[in-house]
Amino acid sequence: MIKYVIRRLLYLIPVLLGVSFIIFVLFNLVSGDPTAVLLGKNATARQMAELREQLGLNKPLLEQYFDVVRSAFTFNFGTSWATKQDISQMIVQGAYPSLCLTLPAFVFATILSLVISLVAAFYRGKGIDLFVRIMCIAGVSVSALAYILFFQYFFAYKLGWFEISGFEYGFPDFVPYVALPAIIFVLLSLGPDVRFFRTVILDEIYQDYVRTARAKGLTEIVVLLKHVLRNALIPIITYVVIQIPSLILGALLLENFFSIPGLGGITLNALNSSDFPVIKAMAILSSVLYILLSLLTDVLYTFADPRVKLK
Amino acid sequence: MKENSLWKDAFRRLVTDKFALGSLLIVLTYAIVALLAASGLIAADWAKEVGGSNLPPSTEHWFGTDIFGRDVLAKLIRGTQIAMSVGLVTSLIAIPIGVILGALAGYFGGWVDDVITWLYTTFSSIPNIMLLISITMILGKGIFAVYIALGATSWVTLCRLIRGEVMKHKEREYVQAAEAIGGGHFRKLFIHILPNVTHIVIINTSLQFQFAIKSEVILSYLGLGVQGEPSWGTMIDDAKLELSRGVWWQLAGATLAMFVVVLAFNLLGDALRDSLDPKLKGK
Repeated sequence: MIKYVIRRLLYLIPVLLGVSFIIFVLFNLVSGDPTAVLLGKNATARQMAELREQLGLNKPLLEQYFDVVRSAFTFNFGTSWATKQDISQMIVQGAYPSLCLTLPAFVFATILSLVISLVAAFYRGKGIDLFVRIMCIAGVSVSALAYILFFQYFFAYKLGWFEISGFEYGFPDFVPYVALPAIIFVLLSLGPDVRFFRTVILDEIYQDYVRTARAKGLTEIVVLLKHVLRNALIPIITYVVIQIPSLILGALLLENFFSIPGLGGITLNALNSSDFPVIKAMAILSSVLYILLSLLTDVLYTFADPRVKLK
Repeated sequence: MKENSLWKDAFRRLVTDKFALGSLLIVLTYAIVALLAASGLIAADWAKEVGGSNLPPSTEHWFGTDIFGRDVLAKLIRGTQIAMSVGLVTSLIAIPIGVILGALAGYFGGWVDDVITWLYTTFSSIPNIMLLISITMILGKGIFAVYIALGATSWVTLCRLIRGEVMKHKEREYVQAAEAIGGGHFRKLFIHILPNVTHIVIINTSLQFQFAIKSEVILSYLGLGVQGEPSWGTMIDDAKLELSRGVWWQLAGATLAMFVVVLAFNLLGDALRDSLDPKLKGK
């Protein structure tokens, strides 16, 4: 087990180097000279040269690449071009509102989806199952933008049940601000989640061991919960854990619509002000997180299914 | 006994399924509208002022007019062209890369597989939305950046699927038979194995289209997509401010146009999977 984790950790190195390389190519090679953008039209050649020096753009390429790699370990991303703040500081500040919104919504959405897909699998082929399938496929076909616009307009603006936008720090204070975006988050997740979980559960339900379990007289509910669900857990764990990096990123659009000052908001602001280091930092951070979480899923497999021998 | 090929069988299953046939017709309609718009035969003068500002839907303007008095239907048609072109171009980028890399990795195994697996693990390690944002930001706003960004992110799934399927096929008897009669690697892989995994490409393309269309709308909404031309995303962005003044038709039009085609691609994808891969039927 420990040996496996170490080997998996070692495999992270080439992947991390690869990710850093893509980010380096995009931001350091393709993006061109940012000094003209930063200093505006009236910049003198001297100012530009000074700024280039300051931003580390005069360094040899290899060194610039290693700067990217290093930042993936130290989380030292430098300062933002637009706000002049320390980027890691900005990220720490932004993480709080983002997580207030996405974490409860994510947990709730996952549980609810699992329950719905178990019910659908229980009544497979019957009316309820058909209804769930139709709702899912219709649900995923509507643009996320349309949901957000409509819900914000109707429930916050028209009915006034929720705050239209903004955020307050501290526990009970943020609830009215994140409640509506969280509900929309759950609705947006239900379609794809239920579709996936249902498929995975039905994949198992026609296996021989399920027939055996029924043959020995177990009720359908026990079969579903004790036998089928346990075997369907592996793809479900993978699916759920892999989504976490996008949680940290915040529901980008939701934060934008509801003016929640989270990481999604930071990313979009950076996008609008061509703040390259911030976007670069977000790209590195979310990738590192993804890589670590994929390691975690592999380890979780062994708990979900002892037959998985980690080689 | 009359011989039925897989494709004939699959086609028969597809057209007897009413949902699938309907979806196929919808997709074809959108494709024709997109082609007509691209060739300038319809909606070429979308930018012309045809009536008052923000007129509600009427028999003359089915989806009303926008703030500048332009026909919303004409804008929707231009948006259709953008959306379908994004689906098409990203598929044209993703399919060759995904199929060739996936096939090579699955067939040769060993270090080739290691390198290609590393490559797609690396690409899939950067969350999609971040990669999309980074690429469009760096290449500059516009439809070209959207093509590249979506193409660069969507070959990964296909590559992984093709790799797995080719791995399964390479040990089968028919491949051994091909080897026995003297077929080389190239012949075995491209003449014998690949035709047997094309169904994955077809199913994936249907889902790829709807993903590309949805992503284009979001990128355009964020201001990263097409510039100076209507897209469903920019129309939704405009509608954001108009909604509180009761102007709902532009939002409704763009949402409806997108809903219908994405739904059709989803249903078609499912139906294609059922008809080309019958063991998954009903899941």
